[in-house]
Amino acid sequence: MRRIYESTVLRELLRPLGQIAIFVTATGAIFSVAMLLLALLFRGSAADRLLQENNHINIFAFTLTNLPQVLVDGVTLGFVYAAIALGYTMVYGVLEFINFAHSEIFAIGAFVGVEVLIALEGAGQLSSIPIWLAYVFLALAVIAGMAAAGGMAMLVEATAYRPLRNAPRLVPLISAIGVSFFLQDAIRFTESITTGQFHRIIPTFGNFDQRVSLVKLPLAGVVTDINIQIKSIVVIAAAVLMLVGLNYLVNATKVGKAIRAVAQDRPTASLMGINVNLIISLTFLVGGALGGAAGVLYALKFTRIDPFVGFFPGIKAFTAAVLGGIGNLTGALLGGIVLGMLESFAGAYLSAFTMGAAGAEYKDILAFAILILVLIFRPSGLLGEQVGQKA
Amino acid sequence: MALLELDNIHSYYGHIHALKGISLTVDEGEVVTLIGANGAGKSTTLRTISGLVRARHGKVMLQGKDITHMPPHEIVTAGVGHVPEGRGIFPRLTVRENLEMGAFTILDKAEIGRRMERVFVLFPRLKERISQKGGTLSGGEQQMLATARGLMLKPHILLMDEPSMGLAPVLVEAIFDVIKELNSTEGTTILLVEQNALMALKYSARAYVLETGSIVLSGPSAEIAQNPQVKKAYLGG
Repeated sequence: MRRIYESTVLRELLRPLGQIAIFVTATGAIFSVAMLLLALLFRGSAADRLLQENNHINIFAFTLTNLPQVLVDGVTLGFVYAAIALGYTMVYGVLEFINFAHSEIFAIGAFVGVEVLIALEGAGQLSSIPIWLAYVFLALAVIAGMAAAGGMAMLVEATAYRPLRNAPRLVPLISAIGVSFFLQDAIRFTESITTGQFHRIIPTFGNFDQRVSLVKLPLAGVVTDINIQIKSIVVIAAAVLMLVGLNYLVNATKVGKAIRAVAQDRPTASLMGINVNLIISLTFLVGGALGGAAGVLYALKFTRIDPFVGFFPGIKAFTAAVLGGIGNLTGALLGGIVLGMLESFAGAYLSAFTMGAAGAEYKDILAFAILILVLIFRPSGLLGEQVGQKA
Repeated sequence: MALLELDNIHSYYGHIHALKGISLTVDEGEVVTLIGANGAGKSTTLRTISGLVRARHGKVMLQGKDITHMPPHEIVTAGVGHVPEGRGIFPRLTVRENLEMGAFTILDKAEIGRRMERVFVLFPRLKERISQKGGTLSGGEQQMLATARGLMLKPHILLMDEPSMGLAPVLVEAIFDVIKELNSTEGTTILLVEQNALMALKYSARAYVLETGSIVLSGPSAEIAQNPQVKKAYLGG
């Protein structure tokens, strides 16, 4: 009995790692092959000639040499999207409702984390510190962001959604959009009266901006140094840790089973002695904390944040959740990685392949095209089954 | 003092006046049944007791304590188990997890293990299916699981809503045997709602007959079974 229990614990820790490895490898491989085939098709085209003229490189070599960096960026972005998407999908699982204020929960996490670091910098704590202390401070900022975002998500649920629990489904949705605007302006208001500006920049500290060389590969006759920014490693590591932790919480703990029970049948769950309101609050807390951590990591990666910083990552993570199958936690992970990869590929290659006619700024079109196509052709998403679906 | 007492309960579904002054008592160790046609308010009575439906007037007392305004999870903690209509199995939890949910309010893991072994004695079939998802069980197995899950709590009183619904006759008999066994060996008090009035009257000590939200008849089950109107309306003769 004891042995079985322990192997369950181990399985619940290893299984998500396996899933992550499979999703990253498969998505990366499919995108790479598709892109290289596309590059071969474009050999001899006007785009190819333009590249050879300006950069003395043919389009296939251009695609191949850029590929490793594009993959690394795609994975990093994918994990950020996955962490946000989990917040949407968990809430959908228990309430069958899209929390459109989740993008602002993400923004609150980002702001609180960055403000903590700015305060530390102001106190002179960030300059010439040992590397380990930099990581401690970053962890502190992430935890502060998680606490603030999780707390705010619970507060939003208790004030804006709970009183509407028995209203028609459209009503809490409208309330969520209202909360989203309210929080955006609340952040803007707070930031402008306390700091005199809307946007904040994360302080530069520690070794996060350095690059580590992974390997030197001779690609298309050019020796290419494949390197990764330390902050990308930090983002990936933190996201993987959270994903594994969440999987453990949901699948192997009593609270997690209660969350799943509430998602599957709320009245019956209450007949088991489960405090349904408490479990729904907890779901918002966990989803919000994940979103808040993603916010701080996003700020670390992209440095500049403003009160509207949550909008695009939020809506793309929502796309990721829908793509994976909303309500399905594994689906959110897969959807996030696919979306991150898609965006990274589009950002890197769109301009060269269209001869500058459609630059990297058009990459968002692809993400939303996916949202529309999934909703039309496969509304249940890639992984089909929904956690919150009523029997 | 009765274990469970309903005093002039009025409940509504929206504007529909579903229960119009229900009063009933269940004593410690009894099996009591509610019979009546579809829509008479049998399930609503159970749902009002466990707090899923709020009584607008009247009182529900458990061991002399007013539980009318408690939320459902607190009523469960107070000792009321409820096997809901339609079984309410969590389809994507395993049999083991479904049973664990039944014992949600119990913190002692060893105690949960003992109770699980106890329900496996009553329902050996469930032990064979322990790692299967609830939604993949047959109808009869789901009913066993729902009953077993209600017993994980070791309630003072178990409310059972249509335990025979949709089951083959041989399984109906088996479920009622379990009810009888629970009552005689474990002393569990049971309030039973049944469409199958014949079986319910056979296995219970007392009965209440509901008609459109009111109790029209009550008494020992053997007498009720002999009542000409009841015979005509519910017993097919």
